[in-house]
Amino acid sequence: MKDTILNPNTKTYIYLLIFYIVILSAGFSIKDPYILTIFVFAGLNALSALGLSLLMGLAGQISLGHNGFYGLGAYLSAILSVYYKVPVLLSIVIAVTFTSLFAILLAIPALRLKGHYLAVATLGFGEIIYLLLNEWGPGGPSGFGDIPRLYLGAIELSSPLHFHLFVWTLFAVAFFFSLNLANSTYGKVLRALHASETALRTLGINIVSLKVKIFILSAFLTALSGAIYAHFVTFVSPATFSVFYSVLLLMMVMLGGIHSLWGAPIGALFITFLPETLRPFKEYDILIYGLILTLGLIFFRKGIIHLLEVGAKRWLPFLK
Amino acid sequence: MILMRLCLFLIFLFLFHVATYASKEPIKIGAILSITGPASFIGEPEKNTLLLLADQINKAGGINGRPVQVIIEDSKSDETQAVLSAKKLIERDKVVAIIGPSTTGESMAVIPIVTQAKIPMISLAAGTAITEPVSERYWIFKTAQYDRSAVEAIYRYMQKKGIKKVGILTITTSFGDQGRKALLELAPKFGITIVADERYKPKDKDMSVQLMKAKNAGAEAIINWSVGPEQVIVVKNWHSLKLGIPLFQSHGWGSKKNIELAGPSAEGVIAPLSRIVVWDKLPDNHPQKKILRDYYMAYTARFKTEPGTFGGHAYDAFMMLVEAIRKVGPDPAKIRDYIENNIKNWPGVSGIFNMSPKDHCGLDHTSFEMVIVRNRDWEILH
Amino acid sequence: MELFLQFLFSGITVGAIYALIALGFNIVYNATSILNLAQGEFLVFGGLLMWYFLEKLNLPYGFSFLLALGATGFVGLLMERFTIRPLQKTADPLLLILITIAFSILLRGILMFLFGKDPYGYRPIDEGPPLIIFGAILQRQVLWILLFVVLTLIFLYLFFNCTMIGRAMKACSVDKTSASLMGINTSQMVMLSFFLSGIFAGLAGILITPITFIEYDKGPLLTIKGFTSAILGGLGSNWGVMAGGFLLGILESLIAGYVHSGLKDALALLLMLIMLLFRPAGLFQSAEQARLRKL
Repeated sequence: MKDTILNPNTKTYIYLLIFYIVILSAGFSIKDPYILTIFVFAGLNALSALGLSLLMGLAGQISLGHNGFYGLGAYLSAILSVYYKVPVLLSIVIAVTFTSLFAILLAIPALRLKGHYLAVATLGFGEIIYLLLNEWGPGGPSGFGDIPRLYLGAIELSSPLHFHLFVWTLFAVAFFFSLNLANSTYGKVLRALHASETALRTLGINIVSLKVKIFILSAFLTALSGAIYAHFVTFVSPATFSVFYSVLLLMMVMLGGIHSLWGAPIGALFITFLPETLRPFKEYDILIYGLILTLGLIFFRKGIIHLLEVGAKRWLPFLK
Repeated sequence: MILMRLCLFLIFLFLFHVATYASKEPIKIGAILSITGPASFIGEPEKNTLLLLADQINKAGGINGRPVQVIIEDSKSDETQAVLSAKKLIERDKVVAIIGPSTTGESMAVIPIVTQAKIPMISLAAGTAITEPVSERYWIFKTAQYDRSAVEAIYRYMQKKGIKKVGILTITTSFGDQGRKALLELAPKFGITIVADERYKPKDKDMSVQLMKAKNAGAEAIINWSVGPEQVIVVKNWHSLKLGIPLFQSHGWGSKKNIELAGPSAEGVIAPLSRIVVWDKLPDNHPQKKILRDYYMAYTARFKTEPGTFGGHAYDAFMMLVEAIRKVGPDPAKIRDYIENNIKNWPGVSGIFNMSPKDHCGLDHTSFEMVIVRNRDWEILH
Repeated sequence: MELFLQFLFSGITVGAIYALIALGFNIVYNATSILNLAQGEFLVFGGLLMWYFLEKLNLPYGFSFLLALGATGFVGLLMERFTIRPLQKTADPLLLILITIAFSILLRGILMFLFGKDPYGYRPIDEGPPLIIFGAILQRQVLWILLFVVLTLIFLYLFFNCTMIGRAMKACSVDKTSASLMGINTSQMVMLSFFLSGIFAGLAGILITPITFIEYDKGPLLTIKGFTSAILGGLGSNWGVMAGGFLLGILESLIAGYVHSGLKDALALLLMLIMLLFRPAGLFQSAEQARLRKL
């Protein structure tokens, strides 16, 4: 510790830079579009998981309704660009803004609830969005396609590599701001929310407004991920946005490690790649998938990130 | 003596070499099927059919001496997974053509990818949007009948029987939704009014309410559009409510298992079904009879269960590809052209196909027979 | 009138199913404060095993019934031993909920491996024609389900109030430390609660299969409905969660009948959300009661 001039905050930013460079160079060196496509989905999941990780890790709130935000982001942006001919980048901005506003409406009443009750309230919200997409979404349960691809200026993002660079850059930016938030006084207050609400209340800190803000940020990130999903796959149907997506995100955050924001990208990469590596097992992959998740939660209860930290401390002493 | 042995050995070596050379380069065909997940009842018989056919073809010497390898990916009835499967098949395995996906949603999600890669795809799903507009679906074919063909078969039958008011029940999946759209769209053409348009969710437990509403709205018949256990629950509810009006099912009804599950409730249920279900009741001179019998016999012998409607879609897709590859070689563009232009009056399991640059499905309502359940067996209505 | 009664009966049919699942939730919740989200898979396990004993092995109905019950109870035991107990010490409720989800995925894989993907069904307990009450039709099996719901409630009441072991379980749920100081083996109590919840889930599965059929992936949606019912009625009280189940079932059915069947689930959920905001502890107990029950 003595010989380092960096404070721990600076160090996390350096890690982020390293992570970003590694991911990008992976994108450039991998020629296989199939692997790159998995990376893109992993990046999208990482973005959503980051949102959930902020909510759970910082604010100590649980949500089983993030599939609703994911779906709203995707559907709104897709509808705007297909039926109202809004340019894609603008449609994403509008969709994400609208979803975030919508999150306020949900957050203000819902965050009065705690524990299981909050879980079921958010679950209900996500289900309602899913059911409404089925009932009123264009194409109903069959969904709709021919959604335009994303343009950045004059460049059309057409290949998985383009999307890979775009999504992970977006993730890095979001992660940068999330780290800022976590390390700020604001973030420390939020962490304290975990410990004692009463103590905070006596200090005169407005807990509800803090919780609502973090909830909106969380919804924002997930909606963004959903909107990009729509323009990447160019087809959406309600089935993608069922409650199982929320459960998947929860798995990513927990298995990645809830005590650190790093758990989100690690968990997302792990959970997204896992079923792909299990392909040789054909339809019985669900057995092995379930087994790995169960054992993972039992034996690595602090998450993969904890393993990495311990490993790093042990084998890479210079990082101390 | 030693010399002779050496000669023999060399001959063997040579033969072995030739044999391995011949079998070295398999022709790869990809398949994306919903083997697990909510649509697994579709993907399972399709998977079995492809395994069966690939073995048959390879046992008979392959295609032009080269073995065929079918690489089957499970899309878990999920569009994201279907996209990943397509990427893998095209980029990794370098397949010459893709069979599937099994459902409309997954097919729609995969279309941009195969179109970009210029690989022909034969979808096994029913949705009209899969092959239309044909100008935008250059690389896409399908072997499952259109939903509207099944609807047309039902409506024609109703017209004959003088039924004018119907209540429809559809499941809120892409299968039920496609059926619902076709039912609503075609009704006016046949002078039929839809008096009730009711829906239910997958895994719902009781549909009495929807049935009662339809009956009370004055329906003279009910049409239910779903597959899986829900359609059997509808049959049981219909039976126990004693509605007194006939119940029609979609073409997804064609499995003996449904009759077994529904028991006596199934008596009198009518549905437009693929001929594979009633192959033994067809006249011997029917052009599909031999194909149907051979397929049915081989399938039941190996898997101890019936192929049903959905396995037939995979059969037709695979045999079309085999014929195309045999004629023009494993070249994606040539395979596409061959299927578009040369599949004419082509008897398959699902019907007699007539592909053309204007029609990438090639089947119409005549590929269905109206079938009623009597004495726990199928009976063709004429 | 006839129409209304039919909607009501349909609602009772579905509600009885929800109530059975919600009861299973509540038993584990009361003893351990864990929400066991593998409940739906237990249920499927019960139904499929019953089918196996009855149709495949041709055992008598009652015997198959008991065997299937015992077997699901045993799965509950196994689950507790291998997934819950190793994590008990961490006491992170979120982790405990997630492990039940992970286990449910594993269980679903096992079910698919054992039984395949087809739906299964078998004859109801009583094969007579459905009852006709004022022109509306009620399946006989529903009456059996209602009977079993009542029996379950009586059993649970007697068990928790009149037996030593039941009282010990209750004590555990109120305060684990004190209970263990009183000489109660708390980990055995947790195990017992999972055994019981396995049995009741199995019971639900066995009873509903003749009405709805059962297949390997029916679990998650049943879990969600049961969970919603339990919250609606107020977790903690057996009577409450049971009432919550019937309420949800009837609500859905009436919405489907009088509003629109496409909106039944969304509207029922919306009503539940609104209710949660005004009565966060469930319809049938005040927040005060809920707090006393837990904590």
